[in-house]
Amino acid sequence: MSSVIRPYGDTTGDGRVQVSFTLPLPAVDADQRAFAEGAALQLAAKMGLDAAMVVHTKAVGPDFSFFVVYGRASHLVDLSQVKVTPREYPLLAAAEINLRIREVLGRKLVVVGACTGTDAHTVGIDAILNVKGHAGEKGLEYYREMRVVNLGSQVSMPALASRAAAEHADAVLISQVVTQRDAHLEAARELGSTFAAASPRPLLVVGGPRYDPSMAGELGVDKIFTRGTTPGEVASYLAHAVSSLAAA
Amino acid sequence: MTGKLGLDPAKVTRARELARWAGEPITRLAQTHTTSSIERAVLRLAGLEGADADGMPWVNRLADAVADSAGLQHGVALPVWDALATGDYPDLRSLAMAAAGGQVKFRVPDGAAAVAARDGALREVGAGIARMDEQRALRSAMIADLADPPKPWIYLIVATGDIYEDIPQAQAAAREGADIIAVIRSTGQSLLDYVPEGATREGYAGTYATQENFRLMRAALDDVSRELGRYVRLTNYASGLCMPEIAALAGMQRLDMMLNDCMYGIIFRDINPVRTFIDQRFSRQVHARAGIVINTGEDNYLTTADAVDAAHTVVVSQLLNEYFGHEAGLTDAQLGLGHAFEINPAIPDSFLLELAHALLVRELFPDAPLKYMPPTKHMTGNVFAGYLLDAFFNLCTFMTDQSILLTGMMTEGIHTPFLSDRDLALENVRYVRSAAGRLGGSFVPDAFVRDRAHQVLDEAVGLLERINREGLLTAIAEGTFGVTKRPSDGGRGLDGVIKQADGYWNPAEEELS
Repeated sequence: MSSVIRPYGDTTGDGRVQVSFTLPLPAVDADQRAFAEGAALQLAAKMGLDAAMVVHTKAVGPDFSFFVVYGRASHLVDLSQVKVTPREYPLLAAAEINLRIREVLGRKLVVVGACTGTDAHTVGIDAILNVKGHAGEKGLEYYREMRVVNLGSQVSMPALASRAAAEHADAVLISQVVTQRDAHLEAARELGSTFAAASPRPLLVVGGPRYDPSMAGELGVDKIFTRGTTPGEVASYLAHAVSSLAAA
Repeated sequence: MTGKLGLDPAKVTRARELARWAGEPITRLAQTHTTSSIERAVLRLAGLEGADADGMPWVNRLADAVADSAGLQHGVALPVWDALATGDYPDLRSLAMAAAGGQVKFRVPDGAAAVAARDGALREVGAGIARMDEQRALRSAMIADLADPPKPWIYLIVATGDIYEDIPQAQAAAREGADIIAVIRSTGQSLLDYVPEGATREGYAGTYATQENFRLMRAALDDVSRELGRYVRLTNYASGLCMPEIAALAGMQRLDMMLNDCMYGIIFRDINPVRTFIDQRFSRQVHARAGIVINTGEDNYLTTADAVDAAHTVVVSQLLNEYFGHEAGLTDAQLGLGHAFEINPAIPDSFLLELAHALLVRELFPDAPLKYMPPTKHMTGNVFAGYLLDAFFNLCTFMTDQSILLTGMMTEGIHTPFLSDRDLALENVRYVRSAAGRLGGSFVPDAFVRDRAHQVLDEAVGLLERINREGLLTAIAEGTFGVTKRPSDGGRGLDGVIKQADGYWNPAEEELS
């Protein structure tokens, strides 16, 4: 295989691609339309499309135009330079996650979640835990092999610890939105220290928009999730982590 | 029953009877309890607006103060209007401010004091209900003056988080052909135990439902309705912990439709079942009076369970929603029962199965403005295949005479729709309507479609029989709907459920029922 490739339209190396986009330009009459298409071609050229062709123009309301454009990409893909962000766990479908939990644990995986301390922002924990979910993915409650206990907001760390013990939690999730005076870091440290001596110690997972995911070890927790995390990522991580623990 | 499916009328009657029996104990529960949000809705109808410096609405402050001193078991009205009549407060807001400062000692009045409190409460709450009546009349007048678009009504969603961005998007959508604009709420609003105040510009994946946001959007749609010569409807959500209050705000601000399901909050938001059913009854009494069409959420069951296996749970939920809706005073024309096109397209004959389900719902509820939801679960990111699937959904909508068509987006599940996604989606609807809008008239279902519809109805009757043996709350606790178990003493908001004491009085319920 060559280390340099181009997109494939219908002939090797033709580089042909299709894109569609909208510009904030009117295309109601012929003059406007001609101008808008000129603008679309300019954008296509700057996107690296050589000899671009506008094959479809449509006015969307009085102020916008939608285009479908074909062209030859002038860029090359250098395969030796392809970067793939490593993820320490594979993203799995719900059925695979359920299967893996069943194989490894032989029972349901118990997740206890809360917004701890004074934080009343349950948006994050609810998006991850509620069946309703987030970003088109169902929350952890949806997984047949998980049992989810969502304690809601303003839960104290001792209350979380005792409930986690009572439920035999495999994982404890906390969500922190408030960052004033580094409250989110303090909460994560408190989580780590509270459960440090627990035996067996549940997986400690922290989520919130202002965390640095590389700080997990420093804060004494197992995993940090940041802005944009979906329930499927958390579920995949949990399935992976319990498998790794069982294998260790 | 003279439908294409040849449904057995006795079986349909039996299904309705079973739904009624399952629902009646719940209705009795709702008749003997109130909730903190119902009591706050009374204060909202009386015109109490605004919030303290922390953004907590005065209705919460006042209701909490009454709960702390006199309790809410007699209702909020008697203690509040007694305090107004006997104290030195020019209006409800002054009373609320004083009460929030701990300066008011509330009591449950009796004798002449009770009569005075009732008179005051009826006058002020009555003004809110009169406002809803005026808005209902205004809606009728506008529809008569302009035009009511033919069904199916085209339903489009906007959701930027910023009401001032939503407005031009909603107006653009109406100009492009939308008959109904739905403003999706901010993630998590259903779990807030208060309704935020004022115009809002920040939300998570949606815009907060507030009285001012309702007013601004309805005014903008009135403008565009006049421009287009057809009445454009506005939809929001009366759901979550503040369902009764939001219903009252919707009635006073002339929203036209409200998402309002008897079980959605329980199943998908883990709101306490008892709280939900009590709040739901009051909110539906409000909607009935305000002329609001409710939209129910059965489509959601099919996003968690398999759309073939769980088809009958949709019908069961629709029958329950119908019973609870009728009991609260809604007419058939106000029951926008929901369902969805969510069968895996890889299954052979999937479109025939969709036709069977959609036709079954149409024939079971001939006078209800059914709300049909597009595919979401099997939209894969292949936007080209998604566009085709949406076209089949549109075709099924027209072939089975659905009433409200929620416009499917080819980019479902990828991002909030681009301007061009909406335009392409409407082009899809227009093409199918123009090419095959009358196909339903010449479509005769074959034995496969008829048998499937009969099977779903049989399974629905079977499930309703089981629910009657167990009780609805037990069935919900055992995970009958949407695969999630919701015990009746679990979930959020149970602390806001209050058993009515002897002498409980609610001026709004007196006017509404």
